[in-house]
Amino acid sequence: MDRRIRRLGIGLVVLFALLFAQLSYVQVIAADDIKAQPANARRQIIAEYRVERGPILSADGELLAHSVRNQERRSELLFRRVYPDGPLYAGLTGYYSRIYGRAELEQAANPFLSGDAPELAVSTFTDLILGRERKGGAVFTTIRSDLQEAAALALGDLPGAVVAVEPETGDVLALVANPSYDPNSISSGTDEDITEAWDAISTDPEQPLISRAKDELYLPGSTGKLITASAALENGVDPVTDQWPNPRVLDLPQTTNTLENFGGSLCKGGSQTVSMAEAFQESCNVTFAEIGLDIGAKEMSEQALAYGFCPTDPPTQVECEEPTIPFVLPWANGRFPEPSYFADRQPQLAFSAIGLDNVLTNPLHMALIAAAIANDGVMMQPRLITEVRDPTGKPVREFSEEQYGQPISDESAKEMRAMMLSVTQGGTASSAFAGFPIAVAGKTGTATNGENRPPNAWFTAFAPAGPGDEARIAVAVIVLDGGNLGNEATGGQVSAPIARQVIDAYL
Amino acid sequence: MSEVALPAATEARRPVTGLWLLIVAIAISLAAYAMAGLGLKGRTPRDFVVYGLVFTGAFVAGWLVVRWAAPRADPVLYPTATVLAGLGIAMLYRIMVARGESTIAREQAMWLLVGLAAFCLTLWLVRDDRQLNAYTYTLGLIGVVLLLLPVVPGIGREINGARLWAQVGPFSFQPAEFGKIFIVVFLASYLTDKQELLAAGSGRFGLPRAKDLGPLLLAWGASLAVLFLERDMGASLLFFGVFVVMLWIASGRAAYLWLGLVMFAAGAWFGYLAFAHVQARVDTWLYALDPDKVTGLGYFQLAQGWFAMATGGIVGTGLGQGSPTLIPYVGSDFIFAAFGEELGMIGAVALLLLYLILIARGLRIAMERQDTFGKLLATGLTTIFALQTFAIVAGVTRLIPLTGVPLPLVSYGGSSRVATFIMLALLIRVSSGPMERVHG
Repeated sequence: MDRRIRRLGIGLVVLFALLFAQLSYVQVIAADDIKAQPANARRQIIAEYRVERGPILSADGELLAHSVRNQERRSELLFRRVYPDGPLYAGLTGYYSRIYGRAELEQAANPFLSGDAPELAVSTFTDLILGRERKGGAVFTTIRSDLQEAAALALGDLPGAVVAVEPETGDVLALVANPSYDPNSISSGTDEDITEAWDAISTDPEQPLISRAKDELYLPGSTGKLITASAALENGVDPVTDQWPNPRVLDLPQTTNTLENFGGSLCKGGSQTVSMAEAFQESCNVTFAEIGLDIGAKEMSEQALAYGFCPTDPPTQVECEEPTIPFVLPWANGRFPEPSYFADRQPQLAFSAIGLDNVLTNPLHMALIAAAIANDGVMMQPRLITEVRDPTGKPVREFSEEQYGQPISDESAKEMRAMMLSVTQGGTASSAFAGFPIAVAGKTGTATNGENRPPNAWFTAFAPAGPGDEARIAVAVIVLDGGNLGNEATGGQVSAPIARQVIDAYL
Repeated sequence: MSEVALPAATEARRPVTGLWLLIVAIAISLAAYAMAGLGLKGRTPRDFVVYGLVFTGAFVAGWLVVRWAAPRADPVLYPTATVLAGLGIAMLYRIMVARGESTIAREQAMWLLVGLAAFCLTLWLVRDDRQLNAYTYTLGLIGVVLLLLPVVPGIGREINGARLWAQVGPFSFQPAEFGKIFIVVFLASYLTDKQELLAAGSGRFGLPRAKDLGPLLLAWGASLAVLFLERDMGASLLFFGVFVVMLWIASGRAAYLWLGLVMFAAGAWFGYLAFAHVQARVDTWLYALDPDKVTGLGYFQLAQGWFAMATGGIVGTGLGQGSPTLIPYVGSDFIFAAFGEELGMIGAVALLLLYLILIARGLRIAMERQDTFGKLLATGLTTIFALQTFAIVAGVTRLIPLTGVPLPLVSYGGSSRVATFIMLALLIRVSSGPMERVHG
């Protein structure tokens, strides 16, 4: 009988051994796969919200986003995310929603904010050993909160965007877009509140989740002449001595189409010929179309590519999968057609030379182009994060400034600067900058915007831009659908004053 | 194989070891209670001192009763049961507080005291386990009656699709929890009497005569009735398992074991074909994580149990730091998953090792006894305890389809707590021998 009892014992030990095997399967071998099941989302969220997620700060120490302890009794979620000035920074911070996921910096910097990044392993391990609640790292951005506020104030309620970058470093100083949304409404609250807020925001015809500053593409209009002028200078055109004919209407090759100056006017009072510098100051379409046709499709496309435009072939819709200029946040950088597109489309080349047809860009990219001209032709990558610090304040990761390339020579940059200065001194933006003490180099743009809609008003600039000045800020402004001037809107009237306020606030 | 002799009649067995183990068990239990509070709220539970004093006082008192009533008792059983009960209350406290039902942990602590009282009472009443051998059929009948009580109209209550509860006046309990004790005692007693007949096999085909097998078939029939009428697969499985094991141990005929396995397989197949609730259990087991089904209650529970244990990983989230309350019925059927999450695989394995210690000691007690009845009783009690633990843990970990039996001494449930303490008292009585020898 004892022998059988002993056998029974062995049998029971075998049964328990099966349990041990199953436990090691569930808890170790297959644990990651099991945890990754979609049905497990709730538990992952609760685990995520146990961490005191690190703050997102501006360069001057303002909190753009931070986590505070949830006061709701018995909530499984220990912390909630707060955006003290939500709508102002929504395009940068994004949101942190337990139902709808993360966006923008909350997504891009998530490993740092959550403490999962290897740089923070020591810190989170210390928390674990000491039994402390885990904290994430602090992300320091390049944003200047006072400039961001000034930009938002200058833009007011107009739909559009303002982007400011530091030419020498590529630091993004301000990035404002209208309309915006309040990330608080989809980041904390009850499930019902969050769902309701999300439905409102995501079905809004204005699409506030898509930032006008960086996610959408627009025709640059005359600000696109920066590309044409750069290409001309790089290909040996002298801005003052080389002359082009000055007709009221330009007959385009291969077609009966024509091209006119803004309002059908004559450039430079109707003189026989006009130089590129003169045409730039007055933003003459006819002249720039002629310049574009003279330079040729290949050179124009190459110049655009050097500025970080994504080469596309509009008829076949081949487009860049990712931005050619790296940025920590998702964004849509500019598009410029490939030379092959222009092969039998000379009129399109003429329109592209004045920022129309299939040339597309957005405010962030325009600001980067202005910054490159300001920075002696050297284009910097846009930088948004400078460093990450652990919860004790010790820097664990620094992000250095990165050069993107040199789209134009130092010499061409100087000539571009002189031409852009003339725009605010007697050119299309002169009324906006009348009496402004700082030398500003800029370019206006008024881009057609579909058949029945008022134009989009552009202005891009950098300052100070006097001879020998080191430019400290480059700005791009877009006001959509004519802003408050409707069909009468021009970049000089609508957008240049906004840029002026932003420059004034910074310098 | 019984080379280990019955200990000398009057020699008390290693009382100091037992006391030290008890102190460690109480310390672990109270530390777990404190940690659950710390992990959950950042402070020790408000009633920590009161709870600590009551818990310590009650279990030390229980130990003194063991020293007095069963001085030669195995020194390991009682402290092992203590730490299991203590960990169970700590986890229930943690779960119920997170749900805002903190009174339930207190209620379970009360049941723990009732269980301890039943434990002491059993030790005092049953002075010699061989007393029980005299009432073979009476005990067997009580066992069957208790088993079938929930079926009786007016008394039985159905909760969550299983008819397991009996209500007499204001008291409701699960009679099967107590019925299993009677059944095991009956089997031990009956098999002791008929051991030789069953071993020899004097009927046709070398099998025992129907007359001798009758009561056994009745017990087996009762366990089937439990399955069909009460929809309680766990209890049914348990009874059938212990029945087959004890028959094999007593008779020495492995044929019973194989026959039992074949019958079990046939019964399971029939049950699967005939009963929707059995099919449902198998389906939830197989497709717990199927995206189309995972939100269904049974599937959801198994999936959440897996998620909890996978989250715990090797070292666990720490007591009070996980989210076990996401699992439906985590306090009763799925409490093991909560241990897996918060104490990790290390904690879950440690818990199972505690059960293995109880099992090993139980079988050792069986081998130390010289008489058949004592051997069979200890084996039966240990087997039912082991199978119950295996059934629920294997169900929760998705090794086998889930059968809802309580995790002994740990999970929510008053009947189970009290019944397990009575079984423990019987096992300690068997290990100690008759009380008279000390005093007489």
